[in-house]
Amino acid sequence: MAKRHVTTTVNGEPREFLCEVDQTLLDALRDELGLTGSKEGCGSGDCGACSVMLDGRLVCSCLALAVEAEGREVETIEGMADGDRLHPLQRTFLEEAALQCGICTPGFLVAAKALLDRDPDPSETEIRYWLAGNLCRCTGYDKIVRAVQKAAVEMRAEA
Amino acid sequence: MRSIQYEAPATVDEAVARLAEAGDKARPLAGGTDLIVQMRSRLISPEVIVDVKNIPELLQVSEEGGGFRVGAAVPGAVLGENEAVVAMWPGVVEAFELIGSTQIQGRASLGGNLCNGSPAADSTPAMIAAGVTCEIAGPNGRREAPVEDLVTAPGETSLGRGELVVSFFLPPRPARTGDAYLRFIPRTEMDIAVVGVGVCVTLDDGGTCTGARVGLGAVAPRPLLVPAAADALVGTRLDDGAMANLAAAASAACNPIDDKRGTKTYRIKVAGVLARRAAGIASERARSN
Amino acid sequence: MSDSASGFKWVGTRPVRPDGLDKVTGRANFGADFTMPGMLVGRILRSPHAHARVAGIDASAALAVPGVKAVVTAEDFPEIPDGDLMVGEGPMNFRDLSCNVMARGKVLYDGHPVAAVAATSRAAAEEALDRIRVDYEVLPHVVDVLEAMEPGAPLLHENLFTEGVDPKPDRPSNVASRVEFSLGDVEAGFAEADVVVEGEYTTEAVHQGYIEPHAAVASVGEDGHCTVWCSSQGQFMVRAYCAKLLGVENSRIRVIPSEIGGGFGGKTTIYVEPVALALSRKAGRPVKIVMDRDEVFRATGPTSSTHVKVRIGATKDGRITAGDTELRYQAGAFSGSPVQLGCMTAFAPYHLDHVRAVGYDVVVNRPKCAAYRAPGAPMAAFGVESALDELAGKLGMDPLELRLANAAREGTKAAYGPRFRQIGYVETVEAALAHEHYRAALGPNQGRGVASGFWFNIGGQSSAAVHVNEDGTAVVVDPNPDIGGSRASMAIMAAEVLGIDYDRVRPIVPDTSSIPYSDMTGGSRVTFAVGMAVVEAAKQVVEELRSRAAKVWDVDVDGVVWENGEARPASSNVGEFEPLSLAALAEGSAKTGGPISGQATINARGAGPGFGTHVCDVEVDPDTGRVTVLRYTAVQDVGRAIHPSYVEGQLQGGAAQGIGWALNEEYVYSEAGTLENPGFLDYRVPVASDLPMIDTVLVEVPNPRHPYGVRGVGEVPIIPPLAAVANAIRHACGTRMNHLPASPPRLLAALDAAKLPEAAD
Repeated sequence: MAKRHVTTTVNGEPREFLCEVDQTLLDALRDELGLTGSKEGCGSGDCGACSVMLDGRLVCSCLALAVEAEGREVETIEGMADGDRLHPLQRTFLEEAALQCGICTPGFLVAAKALLDRDPDPSETEIRYWLAGNLCRCTGYDKIVRAVQKAAVEMRAEA
Repeated sequence: MRSIQYEAPATVDEAVARLAEAGDKARPLAGGTDLIVQMRSRLISPEVIVDVKNIPELLQVSEEGGGFRVGAAVPGAVLGENEAVVAMWPGVVEAFELIGSTQIQGRASLGGNLCNGSPAADSTPAMIAAGVTCEIAGPNGRREAPVEDLVTAPGETSLGRGELVVSFFLPPRPARTGDAYLRFIPRTEMDIAVVGVGVCVTLDDGGTCTGARVGLGAVAPRPLLVPAAADALVGTRLDDGAMANLAAAASAACNPIDDKRGTKTYRIKVAGVLARRAAGIASERARSN
Repeated sequence: MSDSASGFKWVGTRPVRPDGLDKVTGRANFGADFTMPGMLVGRILRSPHAHARVAGIDASAALAVPGVKAVVTAEDFPEIPDGDLMVGEGPMNFRDLSCNVMARGKVLYDGHPVAAVAATSRAAAEEALDRIRVDYEVLPHVVDVLEAMEPGAPLLHENLFTEGVDPKPDRPSNVASRVEFSLGDVEAGFAEADVVVEGEYTTEAVHQGYIEPHAAVASVGEDGHCTVWCSSQGQFMVRAYCAKLLGVENSRIRVIPSEIGGGFGGKTTIYVEPVALALSRKAGRPVKIVMDRDEVFRATGPTSSTHVKVRIGATKDGRITAGDTELRYQAGAFSGSPVQLGCMTAFAPYHLDHVRAVGYDVVVNRPKCAAYRAPGAPMAAFGVESALDELAGKLGMDPLELRLANAAREGTKAAYGPRFRQIGYVETVEAALAHEHYRAALGPNQGRGVASGFWFNIGGQSSAAVHVNEDGTAVVVDPNPDIGGSRASMAIMAAEVLGIDYDRVRPIVPDTSSIPYSDMTGGSRVTFAVGMAVVEAAKQVVEELRSRAAKVWDVDVDGVVWENGEARPASSNVGEFEPLSLAALAEGSAKTGGPISGQATINARGAGPGFGTHVCDVEVDPDTGRVTVLRYTAVQDVGRAIHPSYVEGQLQGGAAQGIGWALNEEYVYSEAGTLENPGFLDYRVPVASDLPMIDTVLVEVPNPRHPYGVRGVGEVPIIPPLAAVANAIRHACGTRMNHLPASPPRLLAALDAAKLPEAAD
């Protein structure tokens, strides 16, 4: 079975890889590009641990084919910090202890950033519904929601 | 080892040609939120995947004849950002946006939700209630069909070999008309509907219901248009009695199964409860239109 | 509650965790993130039947698939004799473990492994699995705990005779054992009672639901030395268990722990690790196995579904005269449900003179149970705490006042044996009573429930080392996988002892060859027991630093004190010396005796028992049976919170899991005994929009047996929620849910059945 060649942009850099047609974008990121920050928790779009941005839309990378990345832009957790400067969400997640085991954290961060990029002042309810596709089994979500609220306040103050 | 081909044609004609050629071995790919899960769990093993997202017509949202034409591959997140569509058919858009998570919304499409053939698809009862039709392209040209005619059984549709749903037509909304969709799920998000109800009502100046459509999901082998439920409303002022008749008619139309998501008894009862509640929202909207 | 008023510099503060940066940037390596050159993909063939005899396995066609390098079945593992062996933390039946990892002769549940393949790609491995022909003779099955106890029920094991009954039965059954704990004379206690409440309570099986599926990479060298990289709650456990299952010495296996993406008890055993080792041994190449989510649900440890009978008697003024409970817990396919722990914890929060708990451990055709956060306790507490709520209603007493009147205190003799030393149960009830939440107004269809919970907490074998680097920083070698911030608490305690900044302490989690044995991360033991080892190792470092300073100053070591990270003369009599900092002593260590380090190995005793009391408000939709949790407060005696944020996180996370258990999580089996919902779509763990903020109150009654007063905190908070939610539902709509989860169809059916309009109280 001949592999497909895909040219794409990941975290602002041009990347190329070979993949099988039925390989998911998540598998390509992890196995072909070595970007293991996106995690597979379910493989069915139910946990959000594989969240990435695809052409500016939040998606589950386990529910996109790698071949679909051709000519498109992918953003992952690995591209979230600006050099050694953490994104405010990354910082507030640490300050608020919004992670325990940390496996869901990359997905939450990517999803939360997508929210704050479009709505700088979401209500608690909006945060909870926006993040409903990201499962966390450790925290009960309390500190995650607080970390997003705190980052939102800080980002509004900076803006 | 089996091989899979991936194609991303730029026109409807090419897509149809490829789908017609490969027949059952081909699957169109829009958002992939059902297709890729089914492939991964090896429920299906297509040999040809036809990605329809490079076809501009399937990604367009445009005004047409006082209503809207919505491409079959438009993701929920995109339609939800279209204020004009939301203002005209809030029930349809709400139903579409209830499918899955924010992440799923970035990909899932009306065409996929319908053609996956699930009796529990959220957007289908809402589209049925709103009188939405779909445009279907096939080897013999194009045809228009009401949404309620598409799904015939779980996982099965009335589409012929090589046929592809290209777009949906959301008709112009009559005056004093409102639609709404409600579903029941055990959690607040992320579940498949246990019951889904779409209701659209039209009122006259005096508040009497002059037209209604009711769509039901997850309570029968396929999504249903329920004329008896609509009849319970037409000619009434949507008083308590009419609402009780609506609930009874909605419940009576159910032919559900017991499964891991709910019991027959539960579905039948809750279909009535949600029909009443959705009709309440739809009539509020109708009054303010 | 925790602040610097305690006089500590670091204990009780909330610094950023040392491993945090890697976890917010995607850099942290979890189980599935490791790769090796030449690595093969391992996949496991699983039984589609609930119960069947395996008459034969033909893998010849699988081996013919291009890219397939090895196939293993039970034949590739040594047959282990029946019976328990002592390993590490306690008795373990390795025959059962081996048969669970790879079925031998019979498959006992849907998802039970029967063979495994290693191939150059996942596709090749999957194709090979399709081509393995297994000849199954399907047998009748049983998945319900009460049905499995019936005479004539399908028998899982022909050699299983009930333990703990006299005389020992002469016929095998599915009842593996009967246990009993009692104090006083229960019937005499009931004779004193003015009021007796009785009830039967049922819970469904639930899964730990960690987001990270089990994953391992194994590599077996030509000399038989093995390396395993994996996610687990204990690398030493993985080493010992794999060694037994493969028939090699422990020392032949080195286990390198990855970060762990949640465990909650479910990663206190092995599944894929020995299979990856067997495949690697056969293929001569490294093999990686990562479970799919459906494999996690079908074949890894859920906890028991249970049936619990409770009877409680009390006097009119609210003194409990007797408590009696009978627990039936399903263990899955092999014995070992946590029923004994259910018996021991059921009435533990209360001071009772007459109390009895009888438990039955029952095998059924479901996956073998694994530990789940306070194993066995939530189901027993659901029964007892629901019955107490009924009792409070009958007595016309406030349910918290009833608990307070009967609370266990210092000196109370628990039904399971010991007398409690200093405990903080009363304080949790008082804090709940005093909380504003307890008096907040409720609207229509809303109700408030309370419940308490007890957990032993454990100590155990623990090791730790503290190394001083030449630059004046310190490394804490903490042998326990960090599931929820334990690196932070270890660094805090080490910094406190050493008197240096928290940021100057860096904890690492080593492999099995780099530090002596330590028990698993479990039993809420790490911050307590491993923390004690860290404190001990750090104190050794301080002693060494004092002796080095004494050398530099040429004084007796008794003349040197360690204060605030510096050696100082104990008094002016010793002489006038400028203080020597840890950094200065580290820098000069070559001249004073070489590198500075401490290492401690202990078997920690004196884990302080933990108690919690939760308050929950719900709203019930009477037309759909939906329950919405409106407000939740978790109060717990935590001894002392080393890092309060992560302690609060334990309370919040435990409460969320308990709420899921109470409302929507359950294993659903088909008539054929196959699992119907092996995914996060239909196994419904709470999502963010399902929950409110979860308030916490940390009550601190220090554990006198720990240098900083630590009690374990992780397990208690999952115990009260089941009953707290059920009691809240009762008060919202008048209907008592005796069967959890109170999913909408189940609750609506109960509401409709109880249509006699009885006003909610």
